[in-house]
Amino acid sequence: MSFPWAKQYEPKTGFTKWMDEKLPLPRFVYNAVGAGYPVPRNLSYMWNFGVLAGFCLVLQIVTGVVLAMHYAANAGVAFDSVEHIMRDVNWGWAIRYAHANGASAFFVVLYLHIFRGFFYSSYKAPREMIWLIGVVIFLLTMATAFMGYVLPWGQMSFWGAKVITGLFGAIPLVGEPLQVWLLGGYAPDNAALNRFFSLHFLLPFVIAGVVILHIWALHIPGSSNPTGVEVKSESDTVPFHPYYTAKDGFGLGVFLLVYCAFVFFMPNALGHPDNYIPANPLSTPAHIVPEWYFYPFYAILRAFTFDFILPAKLWGVLAMFAAILVWFFLPWLDKSPVRSGHYRPLFRKFFWFGLVPCMAVLFYCGGAPAEEPYVMISQIATAYYFLHFLVFLPIISSIEKPEPLPFSITEAVLGSDDKAVLGKDAETAA
Amino acid sequence: MATTTDTANTEVVAEDGVRRRDFIEIAAVSAAGVGGIFTLIPLVSQMAPSKDVLAESTTELDISTLEPGQSIKAVFRKQPVFVRNLTQAEIEAANAVDVGDLRDAQTLAERTQEGHENILVVMGVCTHLGCVPLGAAEGENKGEYGGYFCPCHGSHYDTAARIRKGPAPTNLEVPEYTFTSDTTIVIG
Repeated sequence: MSFPWAKQYEPKTGFTKWMDEKLPLPRFVYNAVGAGYPVPRNLSYMWNFGVLAGFCLVLQIVTGVVLAMHYAANAGVAFDSVEHIMRDVNWGWAIRYAHANGASAFFVVLYLHIFRGFFYSSYKAPREMIWLIGVVIFLLTMATAFMGYVLPWGQMSFWGAKVITGLFGAIPLVGEPLQVWLLGGYAPDNAALNRFFSLHFLLPFVIAGVVILHIWALHIPGSSNPTGVEVKSESDTVPFHPYYTAKDGFGLGVFLLVYCAFVFFMPNALGHPDNYIPANPLSTPAHIVPEWYFYPFYAILRAFTFDFILPAKLWGVLAMFAAILVWFFLPWLDKSPVRSGHYRPLFRKFFWFGLVPCMAVLFYCGGAPAEEPYVMISQIATAYYFLHFLVFLPIISSIEKPEPLPFSITEAVLGSDDKAVLGKDAETAA
Repeated sequence: MATTTDTANTEVVAEDGVRRRDFIEIAAVSAAGVGGIFTLIPLVSQMAPSKDVLAESTTELDISTLEPGQSIKAVFRKQPVFVRNLTQAEIEAANAVDVGDLRDAQTLAERTQEGHENILVVMGVCTHLGCVPLGAAEGENKGEYGGYFCPCHGSHYDTAARIRKGPAPTNLEVPEYTFTSDTTIVIG
């Protein structure tokens, strides 16, 4: 779908005309990320992160396929094969650091993409399906990242695998048999390592498929925008190419500067030194934490220290999964007809002074040792986290008096729809 | 930001030539393109032999117990090497051949080292399609010319491991090697 004023693809050469009849791939690209996709003219840099997430996925697949050419998924040699990549394989160190830091970069981008969605209520109708698919992508990415972290078969890999599969052991009745089934044994060993490698290779391609659904769903209503006002006329939009290819290209350049700073100057800053110790099933590292991008959910897991009807262990697991599953219900929890946080004074306060600091605290506590005061702080933050989504958000959306919305995107940008100049009458921009 | 379309832009400035924006666009896309090409270097060269594979590229052999008429099979770069101590009869058979009649003209002297004309070191890799020829182990078919015989497609090599009959294009390859003592050779 597209707006009626979207530019039409017109093949010019003989070859492109021939292609357009047989396999209209150029037309598809033109309508997806070319001049045939009209996009709101007022998108800010917060709208860069979708393209950046797509870039990260490609980056991880390319570097990952290369690493898989040299890695051996066998508990006896896995650790050594990673060192072989670091020392012997041509450019192996660069490719492995690019992959490890690529995972972190992917999550930075995903978190910013998701919080953009929170602030601008991108999940609201008519974009619920885009949001739901997005949450699925996040869950798949978390699973992929977890299994990837197990592959180097260091101490953190091993104990991460043990702890995370232990979560399933908390499920009543079927928990323990389920955990043994997942691992193919009583503790992580060769069987677990092999299946994690197989799935770690498979899932990124599943994610790529779901990403296509995500973009497909996006192209039906078109992109949202910082005002939250829907597109009304041609002057509200500009063609994706060249306007947003250029803007996304600039964002990609900035992203790559930061990413390369990590890859080349502090490649281990986000990792754990203990993972350079080979896996030892008889000794747990003193301070066991997941990768940084799981910290908030790890803090929620550890916040439950008391039995209340159900055992504490089960509460922690349920809460951790619920912390993400609650996102699925956002389109119906937030009933306000206004989307953008810019026009929602009360919602805005709860976003900047409630949800964001709460998430920051959970991030901090997830990486801190499991002792006071961090446990209590995690408990308070966890309570706020769920209250925010399940209680505050529905109440805010029913009592809040939104600020006046602009009539249109054009009015928000130019002050009035009359100032819009289209087509031939347009002045040159530079 | 003025509302423009790219066609409008082009029309307006066509008179006075290149716009500042054209320059920025070409410079930015070129820089990204050059950067992209450079990232191909690691992606391509990672498939070349790694350092541990290159480190395996010499093989030392002790041939002190190799009697005339005997052969040994060794491994060089994960491929077989045949070292044969030629008997006087084998040397004479090799030298009796008219070199001009050979598909890959080489004398035995060119294929061995001075002072060690009886020690023939060749890769055990048929030059046709890479099978391992027979003839190095006792009792194996040595082919019609008493050297080596490749069972895959029937290439016959003579006592100097030169191709005499069959599809192989060249003689069995003589790897680079040196005698570090009278009874020790280092291949590679």
